[in-house]
Amino acid sequence: MAIKLKVNGVSLTIEADPEEPLLYILREEFGFNGAKFGCGLQQCGTCMVLADGEALATCVQPCQNFEGMEIITIEGLSEGDKSHPLQETFYSEQAAQCGYCVNGMLIAALALLRKNPKPNDEEIRLSLDKVICRCGTHSRFISAVKKAADQNSRF
Amino acid sequence: MEPLKTNRRGFIKATGQLLIGFNLFPLTFCGTKEGDGYAISPYQGIPERPHVDRSLIDSWIRLDAEGHVTILTGKQELGQGIRTALMQIAAEELDVNMDICHIINGDTGQTANEGYTAGSNSVEGSGKAIREAAAEAREFLVKKAASDWGTKVNEINVQNGIIYGPNDQKTSYWELVDGNFYEAKVSGKAKEKEPKDHQIVGKAIPREDIKNLVKGVAHFVHDLRLPGMVHARVLHPPSYSSQIIKTDLSSVNEMPGVLKVIQNGNFLAVIATREYQAVKAWQKLREVTDWEAKNINILPEQLFDDMIKSSEKAELIEDSPGITQQIRQSLQKLKSTYMRPYHMHGSTGPSCALAKWENNQLTVWSPTQGVYPLQVTLADLFDLETENIRCIGMPGSGCYGHNGADDVSAEAALVAKAYPKAPVRLQWMREDEHMWEPYGSAMRIELEAGIDQEGLVTAWDTQIWSDTHSTRPRGDAGHYISARHLEEPFEFKKGNFSGGAYRNATPLYNISSKRLRLYNYDGPLRTSALRGLGAYGNIFALESFMDEMANLAAVDPLEFRKNNLDDPRAIAVLDRLAKESNYHNRIQQSNTGYGLAFAKYKNSAAYFAVLAEVEINQENKSFHLQKLTGVIDAGQCINPDGLINQTEGGMIQSASWTLLEEVKYDEKGVLSKDWITYPILRSKETPEVIVHIINRPEEKPLGAGEAAQGPVAAAIANAVFDGTGTRVRDLPIKAEKIDW
Ligand code: FES
Ligand code: FES
Repeated sequence: MAIKLKVNGVSLTIEADPEEPLLYILREEFGFNGAKFGCGLQQCGTCMVLADGEALATCVQPCQNFEGMEIITIEGLSEGDKSHPLQETFYSEQAAQCGYCVNGMLIAALALLRKNPKPNDEEIRLSLDKVICRCGTHSRFISAVKKAADQNSRF
Repeated sequence: MEPLKTNRRGFIKATGQLLIGFNLFPLTFCGTKEGDGYAISPYQGIPERPHVDRSLIDSWIRLDAEGHVTILTGKQELGQGIRTALMQIAAEELDVNMDICHIINGDTGQTANEGYTAGSNSVEGSGKAIREAAAEAREFLVKKAASDWGTKVNEINVQNGIIYGPNDQKTSYWELVDGNFYEAKVSGKAKEKEPKDHQIVGKAIPREDIKNLVKGVAHFVHDLRLPGMVHARVLHPPSYSSQIIKTDLSSVNEMPGVLKVIQNGNFLAVIATREYQAVKAWQKLREVTDWEAKNINILPEQLFDDMIKSSEKAELIEDSPGITQQIRQSLQKLKSTYMRPYHMHGSTGPSCALAKWENNQLTVWSPTQGVYPLQVTLADLFDLETENIRCIGMPGSGCYGHNGADDVSAEAALVAKAYPKAPVRLQWMREDEHMWEPYGSAMRIELEAGIDQEGLVTAWDTQIWSDTHSTRPRGDAGHYISARHLEEPFEFKKGNFSGGAYRNATPLYNISSKRLRLYNYDGPLRTSALRGLGAYGNIFALESFMDEMANLAAVDPLEFRKNNLDDPRAIAVLDRLAKESNYHNRIQQSNTGYGLAFAKYKNSAAYFAVLAEVEINQENKSFHLQKLTGVIDAGQCINPDGLINQTEGGMIQSASWTLLEEVKYDEKGVLSKDWITYPILRSKETPEVIVHIINRPEEKPLGAGEAAQGPVAAAIANAVFDGTGTRVRDLPIKAEKIDW
């Protein structure tokens, strides 16, 4: 079936099983790497994208549910050479160890900051809570989000 | 940095390289890391060639005429920042900038055999080799310039690879190697820089790969896409002993996209064109397959008693005749038993590997911690010569020990062998990782000690019951779970019991009589190396026990430790911790508990002391770990931010193990199948973590990656005791175990 998806501002019509979760489409059809398979059970957040402003898991929801939505992946965050403020602060805080969870953390933070550009500590922690990080990099993600919020007002 | 376009295959014609001492047979059967469609690095890199001899400079460092430095290491990047640290070491000795440095990690086609990346010894081992090779390379080139110019070596100056002579002469490493092949050995005699002259080592150089990670640039083995690649899933049995009673392969075979369904004994796998088709086929295969299994008869509630009942005779690791008597006659004596459950590595991303068979040549792209051990074990599995197998290490999801990475690599190879036409990408599902990875062993630790009238510990008796902490594959295919499931199964011989089990069990404290007895236990669950091995459980016990004794002696726990210590570096981390955390003037409130702990990892690596602060909520019968403050002395610090990052991570991970984690199972098998049934610490509950470094540039660098695991566990237990009066001796430390 033809599925129409708009990812990072580009619309594409693809032939796909409408039941196929968006994650596999993003990785195989679009060639993206940001969203990753972590659990396939909507428990870990590694597969999240920003869909109409919400951080949504893509590992279970069929791709057709995302039709008509504005989908943003971390590949779509930089503008030309200019990185997104969150990408900058994740780098400057060196917020990664293995980095497998970075996509989920970025997307979770982005959803928060778009709605609430000046969150408090609690709100930041809460928004990142849906993402599993086994390396224990949490404290750095929290400070990277804080720093981005301190230095910017638009996300 | 501008990407350089070099044609790696035309290298023989190309411009020179430094120090070539190798055979020129390229591994024609193998793909490259940066194969088509997979642009991880814009720099095309040095030409590939096999590693021949670790005494050659170019086994570690290669310079090319285009102005790049490539470092080769047999160690893997696991998220610990080893790539940056090793590049810093090389750049420092060579006098070049970091931005022209590249690094190649474990690849049996190119790098030295450095075994497993484990035990926090990469900087000590690989770092040393690279430092020596870099110093030698610099010396070689500087001597060359000096003799060309007829000047003295000590009149020559190098800046970012540009060589300056005393009379305005100027050349560069790259000009010197242009068109030339040099060969030289690492003599170990080249002068290395004095720590006081270090410009790069000791600096918090950022990890550049994080720039890629935040943009979703391909990085992990999971992101590797080879032309014509197909997707596989393996259906693991529901429990260790399960056997297939019936299955229906044809119903799976006819599903869309399915290319092949494989059955080899109890090993089942599906291959499909698209990843999702493979997942669906896997689900279907699960539905149509029935298994039978033996029950597990040692259940969690019997486990710690069974350790005593079923273990063999003790191994006497350390002895002190008359110790029982000595403890009995001590002024004050104490005996306690501690327990830790099975813990999971629980990597965020399930293990993944790619494999390709072509003309009886096998190539595997793997997130393993050891490419050479993988190669010899695959040789055993397939009865192949190692030269027909190439294992290329790629970053995986953080593993901290022996997780599913080796198993998935072997399985990818098994699947690829049955489907030799195309590269096969196999990724585990979440339940595969949770249920099949080897866990960190449960342990029982009994401690008994005596104190004299001065508050000094005079005798210390340890007994440990533990399953093995290392079943990493090292040549026997039986160490791969799926090899045991084949029609002609490989036998698993456990072995390797003691090593990791008593890691850090001997106190570093100044105690004259010590005994250590170890009981090797063959437990119900699969176990192997998890970050710190036995050190986590042993330090939890030892440092909880120190606190119990301080309490018995009515001495402040910090003073008590210091009174029993001789090692000045150990005392220094404790003093620094006291200062940084304002320990002596800490605000003593009824709702706060403080707990200290200390260890020198392996009694030979980094020193680490930590203070835990817990907030007690009597009303809700709950507590919260608020803050962890740590001090680490890892000798010469290569990259302070890298050291802090890794230590913070270790602290948070250990807090998670200590507060929340235990693998659940019943007679049918493992019940901890996902993040609901095996919860780990998430952002909301994460404590504030602060790490201070004592840098000792004059000392050798010490492994630090596992230093925090044990002390954090004990510090939390001690803080909970301080705040509530309850001593929790069986992990995890949960609110319901506290006597409110
Ligand atoms: S992979 Fe989607 S939430 Fe875990
Ligand atoms: S950095 Fe490894 S999972 Fe978060």
